[in-house]
Amino acid sequence: MVRLLKGVFRIDTMMGLINLEHEHDFLNELTYFRCGAAVPFAGRFRMIDFTLSNMAKSNISEVAIFTRNKYRSLMDHLGSGADWDLDRRHGGLFILPPDWNDPTDISKGDLSHFHNNRDYFERGKSDYVLISGSQFISNTVYQQLFEHHLETGADVTLLTTTYQDLLPEHNGCIKVKVAEEGSVASLTNDPKNPHVFSGVYVIRKSLLLELVDECIADYKNHFFMDGIKANLNRLTIQSYHYDGYSSIINSVDSYYRQTMALLETKSYKQLFSDGEHVLTKVGNQAPTKYSGESKVTKSLVATGCVIDGEVDHSVLFRGVKVSEGAVVKNSVIMQRCTIEPGARLENVIMDKDVTITKDQVLKGAKEQPFVIAKRRKI
Amino acid sequence: MKKECVTMLLAGGVGTRLGLLTKNLAKPAVPFGGRYRIIDFALSNCLNSRMHTVGVLTQYSPLELHKHIGVGKPWDLDRMEDGLTILSPFTEKDGGSWYLGTADAIIKNKNYVERYDPEYLIVISGDHIYHMDYDALLNHHKEKEADVTISVVEVPWKETSRFGILNTTDNLRIYEFEEKPTNAKSNLASMGIYIFNWKVLKGYLEEDAKLQESKHDFGQNILPAMIADNLQLYAYRFDGYWKDVGTIESYWEAHMDLLKEDLSLSLNNNEWRTYSHDSNFAPQLIEETAVLHHSLVNNGCIVSGKLDHSILFENVYVDEGSVINQSILHPGVRVGANVFLERVIVQENVTIPDGSKIAASKNEEPIVLSNSNLKAVTI
Repeated sequence: MVRLLKGVFRIDTMMGLINLEHEHDFLNELTYFRCGAAVPFAGRFRMIDFTLSNMAKSNISEVAIFTRNKYRSLMDHLGSGADWDLDRRHGGLFILPPDWNDPTDISKGDLSHFHNNRDYFERGKSDYVLISGSQFISNTVYQQLFEHHLETGADVTLLTTTYQDLLPEHNGCIKVKVAEEGSVASLTNDPKNPHVFSGVYVIRKSLLLELVDECIADYKNHFFMDGIKANLNRLTIQSYHYDGYSSIINSVDSYYRQTMALLETKSYKQLFSDGEHVLTKVGNQAPTKYSGESKVTKSLVATGCVIDGEVDHSVLFRGVKVSEGAVVKNSVIMQRCTIEPGARLENVIMDKDVTITKDQVLKGAKEQPFVIAKRRKI
Repeated sequence: MKKECVTMLLAGGVGTRLGLLTKNLAKPAVPFGGRYRIIDFALSNCLNSRMHTVGVLTQYSPLELHKHIGVGKPWDLDRMEDGLTILSPFTEKDGGSWYLGTADAIIKNKNYVERYDPEYLIVISGDHIYHMDYDALLNHHKEKEADVTISVVEVPWKETSRFGILNTTDNLRIYEFEEKPTNAKSNLASMGIYIFNWKVLKGYLEEDAKLQESKHDFGQNILPAMIADNLQLYAYRFDGYWKDVGTIESYWEAHMDLLKEDLSLSLNNNEWRTYSHDSNFAPQLIEETAVLHHSLVNNGCIVSGKLDHSILFENVYVDEGSVINQSILHPGVRVGANVFLERVIVQENVTIPDGSKIAASKNEEPIVLSNSNLKAVTI
C-alpha cells in the first residue's frame, strides 16, 4: 500500500520514464547532430534538464530514458546521473538505447522500446510510472500529480495546463476537454481549446504493460495514441491541472520565442523561483567578466563569459566571448562561441563553438531567426 | 599501498585578522572570487598537479569547511585507494589535544602518512590564492637532491618585514631563515609550501614533539633546526601570482586584482581551472537599466543597478538606482534601490534597505558588513 499516513505518500513507488521516441529533429540545424532533448536551452541547461530535475526533486529515484538515435551528446550530458543525484545503488538512471535483437519482434514505434525492455520494467520495484517527453519546460515537483492520481483511483492521470494566449507551438499538442471532477472527456487537436496536455502522465505499471501488449498484438506504433487515447472510453483518465509557469518547445520558432520570454523578469522569476533549482551538468566556469567597455542590457548571461562589447535582449551560454566593438542583439549564443571585434549579430541562434570573425554582419528576421550550426567559422 | 608523495593541506587556521569574515567560519572556507572558497585554489592545484593523496587538516569551526570539501568530488579526489581524507584532531586511549602547531598537526597524523609509505611529503596551506604546479616543485626537489624544498616568491623590499624571509646562496641553497626581519638581506619570502623527504622530516618532528618549550611550528622550530644541522634546504622560485588573503585589506585587494586585465592568474584559464561546488542557479539576468564595468558576476544574480570594480557571488540582487563600487557581495545578498556602496564586503544573505549609503574611504580598511553592524555603519 502506498499510503503511509493520511496525506503522506511514498513517491519511491513511482519511476520516471522519459520517452524521446516521437520528438526527433524538430530544431533544424540544432538537431543535426543531437536529439531535441540535448539541445541547449536558457543559457546553461539542456531541454531534458527540466523534466529530469522535476523527477529528481520529486524524489523519484529511478529514471529510464528511451532514445533511438543521435544520443551521443545526450549521454555525455547525463553521464552517470550524478548531477541529478541519480547515481544510486537503488534505482538510478537507465539510458536505454535501441540495442536489441529479438528475431520474433513485431513491435513498432515507441512500443519496441517497451517490448525490448520488458524485463527491465518487470524487474523494477515501482508500482507506477511517470512518463514525460522533454518539450514541456517547467520547474516543479510531481508529488501533487501523483497524490491526485492515487486519490482519484484513475487508470491514467494527465498533467494539463492552460495557455490563455494560444501560440503556434500549441497546435502540435493534444488538447484536453475535462468533464466533471477532472475526468477527461476528450483528447483532440482542437486549435481553439486552451487546455493543453503537457505530455506528462502517470499510469500503473501493470496497466502500462497490459496496454503495450494489446498495442503490439494489434500492430500499433504509438503507445499514447493507440494505448491510451484510443481507449478513452474504457479507461478512467483524470486531468491534473498545473498552473505554474511553463512553455512548450517543438520548433525553432517556439524555441526562439520561449527563450526570449525568459528575459522578462516576471517569467524568469517564475521559472527559476528561489530555492527551486533546475539541475544540470556542472561546468565549473568562472563568474562572467565585464570589462570597462561592456554594455549589457536585458540579457540572460551564463558563467565563464568575457564581455567587452555590447549585448542587448540576448542569451549567452557558458564561456562566450564578445569582443570590443561587437554588437549582439536579440540573439541566442551557445557555449564557447567567439564574437570578434566589430562583428554585428541580430536575430541569430548560434550553436556551440562558432566563431564570427572581425566586422562580420549577420542578421536574421525576428520571425525567422538565422540558425548557425556547430563549429562554423564565419 | 605505496605512494611516492603525500600532500598535507593545512586548513585549520582561525584567520583572526579577517574579523567578521571568519566569525563562524574557518579561513579556508571564506568565499572568494565570486564563486569559490579560498581552499578551492589549493585543492584545484592538487588536481591540476596530479596530487591524488591529500590529507586536509582541519580544526577551527570546521562545519562549513567539511560540508564544502565533502569527499573531494569537485577536485576528483573521491578515489578508491587514496584521494581526500579529512584529518581533524582526535583522542586516543591516553588522551589527545588540539593541533598545537603546524608541525604538531603533521606528526599527530603520522599513521595516515605512513599508510602510503611515501618518499616525499608536500605541506601546503589552504589560505592562499595562486595557481601552482606542485609536480614541478617536486621535480625541482628531486633534481637538487634536497632534503627540503621551500617555495618562495619575491616580495617588494618594503614589505619584507611582514614575511618569513629566506637567505640563499647563488644556487638557491638556504642558509638562513628569518621570521619577519626588520633589516632583510633578501626579498625571497616563504609561501608556506614545503616538500620534505618524509624519513628526514619524521625524525625532526618526533624530536620536536618531545620539547616542552617548542611552538611545534615549521617556520619557527623545524626549519631552523634543519638549517642548524646543515641539511640540504633549497628554495624554489615561483613567479606567478600569489596572494596571502590573511587580512581584510588583502582579501579586498586580491579581489580587485582579479579584475585587472593583465593578471597572470586567470580564472578563465582552461588549462588550469579552479574547481568548486555549483549550486545550480539559473544564468544571471542583466536588466534594461544595468551598467556593468570591470566586474565579475555569478549565476542567479539579477542586476538593475550600476556596478564598477565589484564582484557578485551567486544569487545577489542589485535593484535600480543603486551604485556598487569596489565592493564584494557574498551569496544571497539583496541590495535595495538607490543604495550606494563603496569598498564594502557584504556577507552572505544580508539585505540592504533602499537608500542606504555605506562607504569606506580610500585610506580606511574596507567595511565588512553583516546583519549585526548594518545599522551602525550606514551613513
